[in-house]
Amino acid sequence: MNSIAPRPSAGGCSDAPVLLERGQREVFCGLTGIVWLHRKIQDAFFLVVGSRTCAHLLQSAAGVMIFAEPRFATAILEERDLAGLLDANAELDRVAARLLERRPDIRLLFLVGSCPSEVIKLDLKRAAERLDARFRPAVRVLNYSGSGIETTFTQGEDACLAALVPEMARSDESQLLVVGALAEVVEDQFRRIFAELGIGPVRFLPPRRAAELPPVGAGTRMLLAQPFLADTARALEARGALHLPAPFPLGAEGTTLWLRAAAEAWGVEEARFDAVTAAPAARARAAVERVRASLAGRSVFFFPDSQLEIPIARFLARECGMRPIEVGTPYLHRAHLAPELELLPAGPTLSEGQHVERQLDRCRAARPDLVVCGLGLANPLEAEGVTTKWSIELVFSPIQGYDQAADLAGLFARPLARRAALEV
Amino acid sequence: MQLAVWTYEGPPHIGAMRVADSMVGLHYVLHAPQGDTYADLLFTMIQRSGRRPPVTYSTFQARDLGGDTAELFMAAARDAYERFRPQALLVGASCTAELIQDDPGGLARTLGLPIPVVAVELPAYQKKENWGAAETFYQVVRAFAGALPPPGTRRERRAVPRCNILGPTSLGFRNRDDLREVRHLLDLLGIEVNLVAPLGASPADLARIGDADFNVVLYPEIANPVAAWLKRAFGQEATRTVPIGVGATRDFIREVAALAGVDPGPALRAEDTRLPWYSRSVDSTYLTGKRVFVFGDATHAVAAARVASKELGFRVVGIGTYSRELAREVRDCAARHGVESLIADDYLEVEARIAELQPELVLGTQMERHVAKRLGIPCAVISAPVHVQDFPARTSPQMGFEGANVLFDTWVHPLMMGLEEHLLAMFRDDFEFHDGAAPSHLGHAAKAAPMAEAVAPAPVAAAAPAAAVWAPEAEAELRKIPFFVRGKARRNTERFALERGIATITVETLYDAKAHFAR
Repeated sequence: MNSIAPRPSAGGCSDAPVLLERGQREVFCGLTGIVWLHRKIQDAFFLVVGSRTCAHLLQSAAGVMIFAEPRFATAILEERDLAGLLDANAELDRVAARLLERRPDIRLLFLVGSCPSEVIKLDLKRAAERLDARFRPAVRVLNYSGSGIETTFTQGEDACLAALVPEMARSDESQLLVVGALAEVVEDQFRRIFAELGIGPVRFLPPRRAAELPPVGAGTRMLLAQPFLADTARALEARGALHLPAPFPLGAEGTTLWLRAAAEAWGVEEARFDAVTAAPAARARAAVERVRASLAGRSVFFFPDSQLEIPIARFLARECGMRPIEVGTPYLHRAHLAPELELLPAGPTLSEGQHVERQLDRCRAARPDLVVCGLGLANPLEAEGVTTKWSIELVFSPIQGYDQAADLAGLFARPLARRAALEV
Repeated sequence: MQLAVWTYEGPPHIGAMRVADSMVGLHYVLHAPQGDTYADLLFTMIQRSGRRPPVTYSTFQARDLGGDTAELFMAAARDAYERFRPQALLVGASCTAELIQDDPGGLARTLGLPIPVVAVELPAYQKKENWGAAETFYQVVRAFAGALPPPGTRRERRAVPRCNILGPTSLGFRNRDDLREVRHLLDLLGIEVNLVAPLGASPADLARIGDADFNVVLYPEIANPVAAWLKRAFGQEATRTVPIGVGATRDFIREVAALAGVDPGPALRAEDTRLPWYSRSVDSTYLTGKRVFVFGDATHAVAAARVASKELGFRVVGIGTYSRELAREVRDCAARHGVESLIADDYLEVEARIAELQPELVLGTQMERHVAKRLGIPCAVISAPVHVQDFPARTSPQMGFEGANVLFDTWVHPLMMGLEEHLLAMFRDDFEFHDGAAPSHLGHAAKAAPMAEAVAPAPVAAAAPAAAVWAPEAEAELRKIPFFVRGKARRNTERFALERGIATITVETLYDAKAHFAR
């Protein structure tokens, strides 16, 4: 069920064929995005309308993070809801009311669709409208789907942010909109750099608090901070925002090119751009250089996970001297990834989608020095003697920007260093 | 609809996965959307399994619905057979696939595979993980148990008695180490183990299940239906005592010895546990009457209540379970302790009960560990749901005599040591004995304590809007009470005041209440 589709274009991997795979996918569904989104938007609550499986997934994926009461929960569908003995909408209203009563600090409630709610066609959009009318202005109620039949892992964030777009106020004021959840430390670093470049106002989506949702309009130019935001970008474009194509801000080079896209749009002079970025870029390069020795010349194999695979492979190849053998991604957005594909040196197999058994066969045959994969595969591969880096850490760690470039490299160096250190 | 923040059990197909993963030569083909593969990480990350669980997922997406989801399932089953060559296939549906009604069992049978196919129907919107494991185990045993003896056949007694051990599974709470302890006890009794299932058994092995004289039910939540059927089909009796704690282990030895027709003496005399002496040693005096709240699966909760009250001298102030299938056992146990039982799978309900009871120790699951941490109450984990910490590198059983040693250590460890507790009570103004001071051997655990006071009274205050006001001197006096009992003192005093219509709580009220509630 795979085919090689040749594509036309420029340098690097732009022309590389893509192996399209179909089969068992060893990836999370979009609900998993809640694990970081509920921390990012501090007064938002995510109510999954789903099954016990959804609740179990969230607690298993977030298992290491149970340090406080989370701002997410599951309204578990039961036999009585499915058999029509109970009005699912009335039940949902009851559950939402109980939740909001318990958490008066919540300002934004997301009803999150799941596989079962999609299959039984529970209309969460109407439910959200109904609840919104009941609880506004104290609480806004929105909906999106994080179901596994529609979304893969990080696509859940895309669906969530896309649901926020219609709520953004209209303003044609000139602004830079940075789209995609970033660690707060990274946001603050970018804020400082943009201020030094004289670019502003700069706003971020998602905001840290619901009330800080930025406006959007004809004066909005946007930089995507994450590669998995196809629907959000489309929705913002429909509201007048202009997308500034750029590689993603991973590594010194990626960060510089990403910042440059905004600088060009704002007409920042080259001298000023260099004056602002030269020092942090040099610092980043020097820091990466210290890690590079343990990575250079090593081969790396990516299983699909977060859609960050291609930008990270580009960083590892160009700044750390690694040799990507296969770069698997759950979904390849040609337009958003075009600047990345141009930079990624030709050579690796690019694969989209997954047939996990066949991919494991390819991986074992290729004997890579390092495999980047999900939690279900990492220990079994380690037990086979393969060094792995679990990919979920790439979504949960601050890796963007100059001052995180070496941390990003370090994530890949550590498993190799560890294997070398152990004598048992 | 049930609002769930955390859940004690996964969906029933996770139970089926646990049975499949426990066994050898059995492969589970699960009709499920992409994303359900998250379950693999339970095995590879929590249990640190060095191999993937033997599960193939059909992985359908929205665009397949109404189209060829059935074909996807059949292709997945065919591929799984070709690639893994198992002795048998287990097939079923996860919650979403249940809704599209593709009938995995029927589809798999049309493939004409040269191996047996066992279909399990696990209603995902009614049942949960342990039920799913029990049902799967039952279906698999029925499918492979081999020829049944004619009805009325009498069992011949063998020279060397033989038993099966039923119930240990992958992801079971300390099952790995408990199995070792139980084998050791059976060894001491001169009883052979015919078969352990599901852990480590293959479908072919199950054909020998009828060769045993009786069954040891190690984990009733999962093994009860199988044990009941084996009694009907093969006339095998089954144990009812789960050997957790010294008393239960002694009972278990006697029960097994009677079933096997052997002398329990050697095994009883070989009792190798320090619990009885440690519990009698004078430093344990401070454990007397400590108020404990117990929550877990039914098996571990009931066992913990017995050990807590009879072997450590605690007082059980509440007991509950999330195992609805075995709720009766827990209700009976609660009645024996003169307390109300809590049968709930709603974590918020359990949290409210703990906040209300203000116990001095919580014996619970990982969920209660978090509740207890927030409330500043010491806690030890006694039951699934499992966490990576429940697979310690060292051998750490709950069952048998060594298990009793482990219970003593892990339950007493979170508590303040006797003299330290007294010193804390006497010298409140010592600058190092501030509110955050936790037991000195617990290091940084102290951090949670100050928060506890702020959080603990909150649900109570919400529940009692007419609560009395604390006079400043009374409030100051209250602060002289050690923080780990202060929540209880505050609550008791407020209840005392409320019942008597006292509007302002004074120092007098505080001590009146203390005298009133003195045990």
